[in-house]
Amino acid sequence: MTVPTLAERFRADFPILDQTVNSYPLIYLDNAASTQRPVSVINEIDRYYREDHANVHRGLHALSTRATTLYENARQRVADYLNAEHAESIIFTRGTTESINLVAASWAGNELRPGDGILLTEMEHHANLIPWQMVAKRVGAKLHFLPVNGDQGEIDWSQLDAILTNNPVRLVALTHISNSLGRINPVADVCRTARKHGAVTLVDAAQSAGHMPLDVRAIDCDFLAFSGHKCCGPTGIGVLYGRKSLLDEMMPYQTGGEMIVSVTFEGAEWKPAPHRFEAGTPHIAGAIGLATALDYLERIGRSAIQENDHHFGQAAATRLREIPNLRVFGPAGDRAGIASFQLGNIHAHDLVAFADQKGIALRGGHHCNQPLIRKLGLRATARASFYLYNTEAELDRLIDVLRAASKYFGD
Amino acid sequence: MDFDELYQEIILDHSKRPRNSGVLPPPATRGSGFNPACGDEVTVFVLQSPEGKIETISFQAQACAICTASTSLMTLQVKGTTSKQALALQRHFIDFLTKDGPSDGLGHLRALAGVKKFPQRLKCATLGWHALETALKAGE
Repeated sequence: MTVPTLAERFRADFPILDQTVNSYPLIYLDNAASTQRPVSVINEIDRYYREDHANVHRGLHALSTRATTLYENARQRVADYLNAEHAESIIFTRGTTESINLVAASWAGNELRPGDGILLTEMEHHANLIPWQMVAKRVGAKLHFLPVNGDQGEIDWSQLDAILTNNPVRLVALTHISNSLGRINPVADVCRTARKHGAVTLVDAAQSAGHMPLDVRAIDCDFLAFSGHKCCGPTGIGVLYGRKSLLDEMMPYQTGGEMIVSVTFEGAEWKPAPHRFEAGTPHIAGAIGLATALDYLERIGRSAIQENDHHFGQAAATRLREIPNLRVFGPAGDRAGIASFQLGNIHAHDLVAFADQKGIALRGGHHCNQPLIRKLGLRATARASFYLYNTEAELDRLIDVLRAASKYFGD
Repeated sequence: MDFDELYQEIILDHSKRPRNSGVLPPPATRGSGFNPACGDEVTVFVLQSPEGKIETISFQAQACAICTASTSLMTLQVKGTTSKQALALQRHFIDFLTKDGPSDGLGHLRALAGVKKFPQRLKCATLGWHALETALKAGE
């Protein structure tokens, strides 16, 4: 079976992929941890530092004006990418983790009262779990979880309405795509139900932002977070989208330069969002690089990327299941380009080390999903995650190498 | 090839068929080691004589081949020694892996030399040894 993949047209845009690792051509299958960057992003960051860099928003000179324009254009670029109504809804952060911590500190920390509920799923990344544990402890709020069942990682969404009816849940926070299961959650439906019960919603879009069309007005969430480095952008830059009416009422997250209207020795008055939440000099080059990455993804087309991802996710799951004693996690049908698995009794780290020797980059561990992996009765799984530059031949090679690992470590 | 140096025959053997595997009830003391990076956990059980000699030792591991094999080899090596000798061997072994220390007196533990080329696996090779130390201290 030959399926035309995006790699035929776009792989050459990623210079890092053209290398050998341990004398084999590199096969990069750790995209859920971090994707690689196309040359357009690398060049734009380089160009910015060579030609336009100065601090933003404070200088009156030419370079500062240019840098400010590029930085604010990047904000508009992200707003357009998410179909957000206002650019002021886009806050630049260090990444998904900081975005969620910002909401936990500035919204939940001030809004939640003792006994209020926070509803999560059992498949949340630690970044969408621990900030809520901390805030719950601080304000006396209660955590509720939608259970995740079986190797397929199913959630019974019909329970949602009852949980929200029977508990004073003020916040529902969930992942769009599970980073360990590859399961895609019906976030728009969840947000609609949550809204009906007056709960605020947060979507962790770390695994979806670079992989599928994403429309905050269609999802109708209050907050959405993602990271630049998981969608072809730089590390150290991320985004928090927030509903403007909420952002305007929220207290600052960090304080300092750039985020104030006026300061006396006794106090200060905050700028409106988004600058209220961007204390200090921001990651200007990161924001510009991210905007270039989003341009790149839009040129390819996010629906095309989604189709490509789903093809590889399903093909990988199907091919993996053909290997004896291999247990694949995640949905049987449609899934993102992520496949976690356990091969016989081989520990994930041994398997990842074996694959690395053959030039294949896999992830092995708990994927920052410790409670979920424990629920599956495991400590660690191996994970292959695909992106727009991966090829059918790479998938074939992965399967061959896993069969070889089975022989090497097997009895 | 580096990889086969890391996963030598004896390592694979001990990981598939760990020696002294199991639980010892009290008065044996126990110590656990946990690697937060991978979730691996090893618990070592030791029964010491009044003179501080390790009479019986066992372990339970949910861990990778390197960690399981290193702990399995460790139990063979320290059984019958005093707690002081066992801790000296622990330092000797860790120096061998981290500071290119001498290998004499390490016996089969020398098979773990491959770890030197894979520093990210150092924690795997030493987890059981840290658990041993905790178990011995619990018996003091």
